[in-house]
Amino acid sequence: MRAAAFAVALLAALLPTGASADGVIRVGSKSFTESYILAEVVAQVIEQVGEARAERRVGLGGTGLTQRALRSGAIDVYPEYTGTLARVILKDPALRTVESLRERLEPTGLTISASLGFANTYALAVRADQAERLGLRTVGDLARHPELRAAFSSGFLERDDGWPGLRARYGLGLARVEVMEHAVTYRAIASGQVDVMDVFSTDGQLERLRLRLLEDDRRFFPDYSAVLLARREMTERFPRTWARLREALEGRLDAARMARLNAMADLDGRSVPEVAAAFLAGATPAAGAAGRGRALLGELAELTGDHLLLVLISVGAAVVLGIPMGVVAARYRRAGQLGLSVIAMLQTVPALALLMFMIPLFGIGKGPALVALSLYALLPIARNTYAGMMAIEPTLLEIAWVLRLGRLRRLLRVELPLSAIAIMAGVKTAAVTTVGTATLAAFIGGGGYGTLIVRGLALDDTATILAGAAPAALMALGFHALFELLDRAVIPRGLRS
Amino acid sequence: MIALRDVTKRFGAIVALDSVSLDVPPGATHVLLGSSGSGKSTVLRLILGLTAADAGTVAVDGVVVDAGSRDRLVARMGYVVQDGGLYPHLTALDNVTLAAGAQGWARGRIDARVAELATMAGLDAATLARYPRELSGGQRQRVGLMRALMLDPPVLLLDEPLGALDPIVRAELQDQLGHLFATLAKTVVLVTHDIREAARLGRTITLMTAGRVVQHGTFADLVERPAGPFVTQFLTAQTLATPAAPAR
Repeated sequence: MRAAAFAVALLAALLPTGASADGVIRVGSKSFTESYILAEVVAQVIEQVGEARAERRVGLGGTGLTQRALRSGAIDVYPEYTGTLARVILKDPALRTVESLRERLEPTGLTISASLGFANTYALAVRADQAERLGLRTVGDLARHPELRAAFSSGFLERDDGWPGLRARYGLGLARVEVMEHAVTYRAIASGQVDVMDVFSTDGQLERLRLRLLEDDRRFFPDYSAVLLARREMTERFPRTWARLREALEGRLDAARMARLNAMADLDGRSVPEVAAAFLAGATPAAGAAGRGRALLGELAELTGDHLLLVLISVGAAVVLGIPMGVVAARYRRAGQLGLSVIAMLQTVPALALLMFMIPLFGIGKGPALVALSLYALLPIARNTYAGMMAIEPTLLEIAWVLRLGRLRRLLRVELPLSAIAIMAGVKTAAVTTVGTATLAAFIGGGGYGTLIVRGLALDDTATILAGAAPAALMALGFHALFELLDRAVIPRGLRS
Repeated sequence: MIALRDVTKRFGAIVALDSVSLDVPPGATHVLLGSSGSGKSTVLRLILGLTAADAGTVAVDGVVVDAGSRDRLVARMGYVVQDGGLYPHLTALDNVTLAAGAQGWARGRIDARVAELATMAGLDAATLARYPRELSGGQRQRVGLMRALMLDPPVLLLDEPLGALDPIVRAELQDQLGHLFATLAKTVVLVTHDIREAARLGRTITLMTAGRVVQHGTFADLVERPAGPFVTQFLTAQTLATPAAPAR
């Protein structure tokens, strides 16, 4: 087990994880459209200034993940919201201004820009024509129309800073309030089955569906102004870049503009780099679908390399560790069973959770993904090696002793070849399942086909999800076929049927 | 010289050997005869050091077989089991040469020894290049014998070596084994349940039942001076079809 821990540590050490390389600014984002776009804008500005190279580590799940990544130096800057900073990160809702937040962040080595100009807060939306007809302008106006039907997302319906608090503050009473997923509510409100819904103020659908936001004139919703959150050390090392970032972004984006950028990505199928470039150029991009297809093909080739690397290295490490573990387990039954139980327990940890646990240990990126994937691939290989060894006819082992083969020769010439079928089956299982599990690596910035899946999920774009999922399925089939061939090379002829 | 003194061996509640004493003189073939469960295979395993006695001693050339000596003693023994006990993933040749390779023999020495054994066993190079599952039962048994004899051990232990063969091949191999044992001048202990095999191959025979020795002697002793009704019963049960009936 010590050898195993050492190998895992070595593996992690060989891969770049922390911020150490000079001349690089690592840009992070959470995994939703707006965050992707803002991060891409930041990256493009960095590239324009030319003081540092930009490295994109985007699509990092939620706030917990981006915070750990930022504090460990795995990323240097990412878009965040003042409300999240105050409530979730600093846990002090009383911090309302950018200045007070910056002051509180100071001792932790972080800093923030001024507001980018928009707030992505909760808001209530109604159809524009209905608002016109009923004279709805503010949230308070809803009190005059208790007959309106509302559909809220479950989070909004339960949070104190959602419906319960809002209702109390404004003294509202609506006839019907239902729980509904956002994707469904858009359709319901457009077709008139629902009148009021909760939205984020920069939602790309607002303009498209001709929805109007009701003004929060009693200032109930906390302010979620967008800012750039960065490591101070980076801003001092690259002062020109930081100054240019603030100049290009602070106060430059109002809610309507941000909503349009979101709509370009979510609804028009523009790529995130296109949208970011359009914002920086102050224009709408004209690139056609053909250009996008070519870009996707190029990206797919890169991601295929990425994904193969993830699978080959992690399964390779699992083979190197798992076969000896299986052998040891077969030799020392009790200790072996304990070891196998521990690996089996690891297997019960959901893959995504295991990936998250790796972050405090190894940061984000390929390193922790490889460690987690290796741990995952370990069980089928160790287990099958153990089973293969245990299934060897005892007489054959006794004869090995009578023939005085010695431990090593017995292992190499008798036990492992006789277990070859079982071991190969284990490696095959590990490889094929790792191709699938490796798509989760993208959630912690590990790259691979999952990058497209995560992006597709964030953009609610089935085609992008499929662009990641289908090649992964093909690769799994490919590995399966490859192993059928490999069986011929590895399994002794005398054992094949 | 192999000697067992008051050896008792239990497997849980089952008594496999109950105070068994036995002397195998050097350079001759000794047969342990008995039906399955009589404890005869356990005697072989005790001699090899594959299992340890609960009481009594087993000695080979005056050295008691125990955890300290068994690794040294096994070097003097060749072991053949039913159906050859060959490694299925190795060719017949690789099975035969495995032990010599482990001892670091030179290629030339190995080749010469294999040629010698192949002639003796009547197997050609093409047959030796095959995998065990591609061989007949008789061929597998010959390969098993070659493997056991590769390092030329002075003691040869065979556990039902012909048990898996059909009667015609079996009779043929019995004759060849008899001839072979006579020329090799090794101490041979052969376990069988077959009375004709015992008569044909054994200079001396130990008849066992239920973990005890019933009678020890030549085949003629067993036939002419049976130690009890069980001996006659055991002999007649298997020899009904042959004229080897007890003398009147």
